[in-house]
Amino acid sequence: MENTNKRYWRGLEELRNDESFIKNASSEFGDAPAQTQYESLLDGSGTHRRDFLKVLGFGMAAVSLAACETPVKKAIPYVNKPEGEFPTIANWYASTYLDGGDYASILVKTREGRPIKIEGNALSKISTGTSARVQASLLGLYDNEKLKGPKKGGDLKVSWDTIDKEIQQQLGQIAASGGAIRIVSPTIVSPSTKAVIADFTAKYPTTRHIMYDANSSYGIVKGNELSFGKAVFPSYDFSKAKVIVGIDADFLGSWVMADGFASKYAETRRISSAKDGKKDMSRHYQFETTLSLTGSNADYRSGVKPSQIGSVVTSLYNKVASKLGGKSISGTALQISNLDKAATDLIAAKGQALVVCGINDPSVQTVVNALNAMLGSYGATINLDTPLNLRQGNDVQMNEFIDEVKGGKVAAVIIYGANPVYDHPRGAELASSLPKVKLGISFNDRADETASLVQYICPAPHYLESWNDAEPMAGMYSLGQPTISLIFSTRQAQASLLKWAGLPDDYHEYIKSYWRKNIFTQGGTGNFENFWVQSLHDGVYQAQQPVASSGTSFTGNIDEAAAAIARNAKATTGIELALYENVAIGTGACANNPWLQELPDPVTKATWDNYACVSQKTATDLGLVQGDVVKVDVKGKSVEVPVIIQPGQPTGTVAISIGYGREKSGKSGDGVGKNVYPLAVISGGFVSLYPGEATISKTGNFREIAQTQTHDTVMGRKSVLQETVLGQFQKDPLAGRFIPKVETAEGPVNATDLTLWNGHKYKNHSWGMIIDLNSCVGCGSCVVSCISENNIPVVGRQEVINSREMHWMRIDRYYSTDAEIGDYKAMEVASDNPEVTFQPMLCQHCNNAPCETVCPVLATTHSSEGLNQMTYNRCVGTRYCANNCPYKVRRFNWFKYFDNDNFDYNFNNDLGKMAINPDVTVRSRGVIEKCSMCVQRIQEGKLTARKERRRVADGEIVTACAQSCPTNAITFGDMNDPESNISKMLEVEREGRAFHMLEEINTRPQVSYLTKVRNKDVASNKQPA
Amino acid sequence: MHVTSPVREPLIQGGKTYADVTEDICRHVEGSPTKEWKIAFGISLIVLAYGSVCLAWTWWEGLGVWGLNKTVGWAWDITNFVWWVGIGHAGTLISAILLLFRQKWRTSINRAAEAMTIFAVICAASFILMHMGRPWMAYWALPLPNAFGSLWVNFNSPLVWDVFAISTYFSVSLVFWYIGLIPDLATIRDRATSKVSRFMYGTFAMGWDGSAKTWARYEYISLILAGLSTPLVLSVHTIVSMDFATSVIPGWHTTIFPPYFVAGAIFSGFAMVQNLMLITRVVYRLEDYITLEHIETMNKVITLTGSVVGVAYITEFFIAWYSGVEYEYYAFFNRMTGPYWWAYWAMMTCNVISPQLFWSRKLRRSITFTFFISVVVNIGMWFERFVIIVTSLHRDYLPSSWTMFSPTRYDIGDYIFSFGLFFTLFLLFSKYLPVVNMAEVKAVIRSTSANLPQKIAGVAKVRQRGTAEPVYNKDKE
Repeated sequence: MENTNKRYWRGLEELRNDESFIKNASSEFGDAPAQTQYESLLDGSGTHRRDFLKVLGFGMAAVSLAACETPVKKAIPYVNKPEGEFPTIANWYASTYLDGGDYASILVKTREGRPIKIEGNALSKISTGTSARVQASLLGLYDNEKLKGPKKGGDLKVSWDTIDKEIQQQLGQIAASGGAIRIVSPTIVSPSTKAVIADFTAKYPTTRHIMYDANSSYGIVKGNELSFGKAVFPSYDFSKAKVIVGIDADFLGSWVMADGFASKYAETRRISSAKDGKKDMSRHYQFETTLSLTGSNADYRSGVKPSQIGSVVTSLYNKVASKLGGKSISGTALQISNLDKAATDLIAAKGQALVVCGINDPSVQTVVNALNAMLGSYGATINLDTPLNLRQGNDVQMNEFIDEVKGGKVAAVIIYGANPVYDHPRGAELASSLPKVKLGISFNDRADETASLVQYICPAPHYLESWNDAEPMAGMYSLGQPTISLIFSTRQAQASLLKWAGLPDDYHEYIKSYWRKNIFTQGGTGNFENFWVQSLHDGVYQAQQPVASSGTSFTGNIDEAAAAIARNAKATTGIELALYENVAIGTGACANNPWLQELPDPVTKATWDNYACVSQKTATDLGLVQGDVVKVDVKGKSVEVPVIIQPGQPTGTVAISIGYGREKSGKSGDGVGKNVYPLAVISGGFVSLYPGEATISKTGNFREIAQTQTHDTVMGRKSVLQETVLGQFQKDPLAGRFIPKVETAEGPVNATDLTLWNGHKYKNHSWGMIIDLNSCVGCGSCVVSCISENNIPVVGRQEVINSREMHWMRIDRYYSTDAEIGDYKAMEVASDNPEVTFQPMLCQHCNNAPCETVCPVLATTHSSEGLNQMTYNRCVGTRYCANNCPYKVRRFNWFKYFDNDNFDYNFNNDLGKMAINPDVTVRSRGVIEKCSMCVQRIQEGKLTARKERRRVADGEIVTACAQSCPTNAITFGDMNDPESNISKMLEVEREGRAFHMLEEINTRPQVSYLTKVRNKDVASNKQPA
Repeated sequence: MHVTSPVREPLIQGGKTYADVTEDICRHVEGSPTKEWKIAFGISLIVLAYGSVCLAWTWWEGLGVWGLNKTVGWAWDITNFVWWVGIGHAGTLISAILLLFRQKWRTSINRAAEAMTIFAVICAASFILMHMGRPWMAYWALPLPNAFGSLWVNFNSPLVWDVFAISTYFSVSLVFWYIGLIPDLATIRDRATSKVSRFMYGTFAMGWDGSAKTWARYEYISLILAGLSTPLVLSVHTIVSMDFATSVIPGWHTTIFPPYFVAGAIFSGFAMVQNLMLITRVVYRLEDYITLEHIETMNKVITLTGSVVGVAYITEFFIAWYSGVEYEYYAFFNRMTGPYWWAYWAMMTCNVISPQLFWSRKLRRSITFTFFISVVVNIGMWFERFVIIVTSLHRDYLPSSWTMFSPTRYDIGDYIFSFGLFFTLFLLFSKYLPVVNMAEVKAVIRSTSANLPQKIAGVAKVRQRGTAEPVYNKDKE
């Protein structure tokens, strides 16, 4: 069709369509200046008068820009992308945590080639969760204060070649002249390392390997040798026990393989409100001096003096023997509460009973063994045929070694990961004679108390940089693989030993061939390469050959043991000193770990210090208040530590934790607390943490103890803590529940039925959590896991005193009180021997969140999936939300905690910052932060599911706290998914044990708790207050 | 012309004529600063400088320099904020409500009281800024169109209401104060001898010509502003109280707060006015303008509002017990007997007991005693806010988080800053602006110049020379 539209021309030129128009038609700006004009301006060849100001302006701008240029930080992109590495995608490696005798099978999360998180390996049969120390060990990798390479005397620039040559030459001379060579190490769990040492010994036959443990269990090993002829540390199966009697063994907190024991223990404590659910749980008695984590979880706990522990065992033995027809032994008949009851229950649970005792005394252990044998525990709850290899230390050999060094009989000492100058009672003697040893070598990663006294330090890398293997329990193997290449110029101790033995120093190949020869042969199938790759992938391997069960008959001399106990147990009138290992710091090897230093002790809630625990009565008698620095004097040795008033501590005793007072561990660990190892004694060749009577005198100084919780009791608040006893629970699953009612005109209604809120609709997911107060033992693993996952800063001792710790996850600990409800002043005081309850506390993700309404800038809002979200960069820091949070879980960034010399922890150096999780923002000063329910994990899980075009599967997304929990006390999941674990649990527990905190203020949290149930007699139930 | 019953004491004493009023008030504006003023100003500047250093460090280093913690997120900051806002209330009450109620005695004190209001609100606002973790983001609390996407303020948050309440209050007070100043500024302009002051005062006098029409407009606008301010007197502290009342914290979550806070605000505001006026009247020799009658009347207001506050305290306690709410009950038990018992009892003594002493006529007419009690009341009202904020927070729901708050030198230093700021501003005001509203005072004096000899009529007493002692006062005729 003809175009009838009118046409307009822009001008006559267009109409005429002349040449100049066509030429310019496509160039909007007409004649542009020639390109060369600018070039000439820049190179100065064609400057023009009229360009003067331009040039001047450019010059000024250029100069001022150059002046304020920030220093160039080189970021080098992957030119050749490493295979299997994708930016922002995490890789997981199975590995093995080994620190002396501490073992865990783990998964290591790496991002862009650096490990950033440690989780438990679910494939492991003996360690499922992880302890706080395992979680925190990640930071050890990025410890800036390790040696960066070998060290000879004061020479840090020495090369490995030089060192190797010198050491080899000297070792050769020493061996040739018959001089003694001693390798001193903590327990070595790795079978291939033992083979390495054997190879080394073959080359240098004067070598002897001495193992010792800082907190020794040699008495147990010896006791088993005396009782059964097997010098082993048995494996305990708490999950099969119906009645557990713990005597001076903190098996849930610090004893041997506490996280593994705790996970089995918790299986016996888990109950269900379902009609056909499990309604029975184990009963746990504890007899101990210091109120330990284990004692805190016990149904019945009795405080005893250290000198009475032997008598507790003999009395318990006699009580059981009198009923079961065993022969009685001599010994003081002790009147301790709960002892008769424990005996009765043990007898009733014969075959399902377990008595564990931690004391390092073979006589006592012999009686314990006799008792267990009488109760039929062997083969049921105790197994001598699959011993734990985690405590192989030999106190007697160590003692001899120190004598040898003192006598100048040792020509060469190789310190392999041990620090006896610090953690052996005779450390001071060793310190004075060690420098006289002709050749001293250490594999320690820093010039610590011991390593600084030897000539050569050949630092070994962190376990995350190393190959390793382990046999924690007979037949259970575990592999450790490096998850990052060596950060510093370090070399594995095994490689060094191999090198010096003149063998190929590739330890990886060595392990592999060791496994080919020794472990593949124990039932490995297929070809070895596949077996190896599979084992490396799984991290663990269980030998297929069944362990031959040899009969266990008690053959010990119980009378002699009883006589020895009677000899040692002298009744005391003064104050007895007990040393103990605490949960966070342990024996002190990881003292330079600020996460652990700031992890509150589960019971005392104290950080960054050790202290003298005394009962209120002892304190009153001595005129002490908490924080008074006292001098504790025992047999001429003394320490000065502040006093803490510790309920549950028997009167007439004082307890101080080992593991503190490091002098050469690094900035975080040095000078924190006092070293009490020198106070320990060696009695009959065994290291005893009970040195006897001590005198306590006030020094007049005062040192405040940095506690994260300073109020001990729950003040009778039933909507906070809900608990009952098993008998009542069996009758009514709602026992112990507190359901607040409000009076209305229509009669009483549930407080949560009245509301002004509209509520939220969650169409897709509704993330929630259940915390079982009965499974939770309060170990603090979740706290460190959360710190690691969410980049939570360390604030240091003073800031903890100022009540400003940043932990998103905390564990509230409440003691019971004897006071009447309503007598508020008296309710503040805990019982002398209180019941203890632990309550993990984190953001409750309220549906009616008090924090969300008050934020002026909408920095905290509700997500469409039930999460209470915090937008850091919108926060202006009014702290109104924190004030209005009834759970007090919001944390304010009082200072800038990174790159700040006042907080010289891992956030203040480039190496330490490598531990930062790149998925989580590091918060700036002046903003509020809090638990996000690991929203980064939720997002990742959802994205993965979306990519695969499916729903998120239950269990696919797990929060850091839930993942690390050794006892599975935390269940996380989608409450909208009827098939999820959490939904199923809530279905049965909603009319049972599940409660929300502070129900009457109607915040409707997404987090539920399950009531604490104690297996106590109904009559003896104390009111929580 | 104001008519006072002959049986009453005149509001302004000393037989002042219009000229006397002008002279008495303008003298201080026009003369060079006195020694006393210089000393006082010097001290204020030193205090302000010290406070500024503390404040600078607070902002540089972060709020960690204060004594706050995970449990007690507000302490001195919000205590000071509420305290200063409360003090500010007297000015508006005097200028607005008393204007509507035709309380003519207010004319001698309203100027200074309004100035005090403005400076107190500035001090209060400084604490709003100060308490923020990131004060440079403070403007996010305003509903400004922005480039941050759909971000907006949270209209549910009492802090946003606060922002509106305080800023409205400040602007209305400022306008009211300034409008009232205009006739007086014109007077000073007309008397000014130097070009600079003529220009400055002239500029701010906005061309005031003193015509009947101008005066009429002045009266209208005063009434309108009084009408606008009157609800503000009640609303501002009501809203401030909602910061607490709408929360879930036991001890905060209380419906009685609005009236109780308003009464408390007027209570402390009048006490502060007393303090300032008692000093000003001596320094500026204004005894004839701010008479014992004024002091006594204000003392009566203090006693009334103090009693309201006292009743509110007792009611809170009764309700805490009567409601049967465990947490509420404990919060009040803890106030009385907990670790901060001393703060509670300081509050009770200062606020409930001390104003009752004014039932004695002798005491409420004693200048020294009035001054002392006014200081006590302000201390008491500071403790009231401290008790409400800190003792409620430090032991709330979960005993595991219970802790103590203790101030650091920066908590104290930043409070000192606000004093420095307040007194510096007040001293500048008292030097460069008329401290008494001349125009309005002239309306209430009982004498006139009508009976004077022509040659001295309109000449202030102090300027009359060579005349026999004139008789000004009608009373003495």
